[in-house]
Amino acid sequence: MRIKQVSIFLENTEGRLDEVLKILAQGNVMLRSVSLADTMEYGVLRMIAEEPEKAKQLLKDAGFAARIDEILAVEVPDAVGSLAKVVAMIHEAGINIGYIYGLSIDGDGAPIAIKTDDNAKAEALLEAAGVKTIGMENL
Amino acid sequence: MIWNEQKECMSRDEIAALQSARLVKVVNRVYHNVEYYRKKMQAVGLEPGDIKGIEDLHKLPFTTYEDLRDTYPFGLAAVPRSELVRAHASSGTTGKPKIAVYTRHDIEIWAECFTRCLSMAGITKEDIIQIGYGYGLFTGGLGAHYGAENLGAMVLPMSTGNTQKLIDMMIDCDVTAIACTPSYLLHVAEDLEKAGLVDKVKLKTAICGAEPWTDEMRDQMESRLHIKAHDIYGLTEMMGPGVACDCEFHKGLHIWEDHFLPEIIDPKTYEQLPAGTDGELVVTNLTKEGMPLIRYRTKDLTSLEYDKCDCGRTMARIQRFKGRTDDMLIIRGVNVFPSQVEAALLTVEGTTPHYMIIVDRIDNNDTLEVQVEVAEDAFTDEIRSLEKLSKTIHDKLKLAIGLNAKIKLVEPNGLDHSDGKTKHFIDKRKLYQ
Ligand SMILES: [Zn+2]
Repeated sequence: MRIKQVSIFLENTEGRLDEVLKILAQGNVMLRSVSLADTMEYGVLRMIAEEPEKAKQLLKDAGFAARIDEILAVEVPDAVGSLAKVVAMIHEAGINIGYIYGLSIDGDGAPIAIKTDDNAKAEALLEAAGVKTIGMENL
Repeated sequence: MIWNEQKECMSRDEIAALQSARLVKVVNRVYHNVEYYRKKMQAVGLEPGDIKGIEDLHKLPFTTYEDLRDTYPFGLAAVPRSELVRAHASSGTTGKPKIAVYTRHDIEIWAECFTRCLSMAGITKEDIIQIGYGYGLFTGGLGAHYGAENLGAMVLPMSTGNTQKLIDMMIDCDVTAIACTPSYLLHVAEDLEKAGLVDKVKLKTAICGAEPWTDEMRDQMESRLHIKAHDIYGLTEMMGPGVACDCEFHKGLHIWEDHFLPEIIDPKTYEQLPAGTDGELVVTNLTKEGMPLIRYRTKDLTSLEYDKCDCGRTMARIQRFKGRTDDMLIIRGVNVFPSQVEAALLTVEGTTPHYMIIVDRIDNNDTLEVQVEVAEDAFTDEIRSLEKLSKTIHDKLKLAIGLNAKIKLVEPNGLDHSDGKTKHFIDKRKLYQ
């Protein structure tokens, strides 16, 4: 299953991050996971929120470039090398991985967010191999 | 030392007589050989016979960058193609560069003018000189090169880009003189200090140009490197570097009035202004054959002084530059117009038309940052595509202006565009006093 991720462009991560979190808190949006990818110059903040559409709108209204993307939320078994296996499986199928980050949600194993260029194919592949994916309702 | 005393120290009367005779000749040449100039003169009801001397200069129409653009590339050439031996170019405000073409005689006059400048700075045939200007379409490298060879000095044509090699050879070859941009020389000074090599250097004289600089920079150069530094001025349209230079008294830059006829105008009313009054420098080529320009508006703001200098020269002195009448920036010696940056950005998908150019000077290196707003729909959740966008902008700009800029992507509406005429650059350098 796939989940919706809200991401925004941050021109300077320090001051703006604070602002983003305030906007979401004031809008009563519950954040389940946050991941910040930054370069020397700017950053991309990726968020898993309970109400992604609402989060996106709040941020857009505040002038941020915000978007929603579908990502795979995978429950990687708690064992050495299991993430490596998942990544290898996707890679060997010729699917490109955009990024990966850990999700701070409860589950049996270690929940991981994976952005690929073919989420449907990757999902089918993983499920066939018995790797569990998480949907929005499990957040 | 005065290279050509007969010319450099003529009386003011002799200068006026020579300029008048040469002005009449050049006006006749452009009228008969350049259709564009003929039409321009006819449009204001002028015939060559109306120009009898420098007192009639004010009757002639100005030449501007727009005229160069309209006649690009060779429309203002005043001799047949077979007489032209070289072309140089510098950036124009949009798209096409400004081109200048030269006959063999023009190249010789250029060398003579540059030689006078070197000589004024005390450089002789005994000197070994490094040319640290770029060799190519830019006039700096070849202009200085021909001038130094004409003087008889030994030339090391270093060009730009390899400071380590410049320093190594400066020390190994006992280099005594250098021609480069003032900011680059300060950068070299810094590297020499860091390496503890200042005492190993035999440098005595620097002749610096291609960008405006201040007395404070001269003091720094002279005290840190134990040299004498001179300011040299020129522009591609008129010839290249060597149009004017300052002597040991540093009371302005002597302009070679036997080849260039300077005047100062009010950039708004176009009236000629008297000596000592600030305005736009306008120059007429008196001897150039390839592409003589009549009353070319340099866009440089300054004033002229005509009294005899303590050095013995009588040639007028261009005073300190106060700025420009347009928005041209000189970055690392390269002329850059915000409109060039704008045109380049328009070709990059994923950006908005909003940008800001920030120029600074850090450790004597000009820095160029271009802030560009990312279009809302171009934003992606993947850093790599943003990095790709940033690199595309960088490469397009490099192509357009020839400089590596640091690209800063900013949020949509992240830049101030409250009114349509927002200034497109911030220059943090202190180039004008
Ligand atoms: Zn003088």
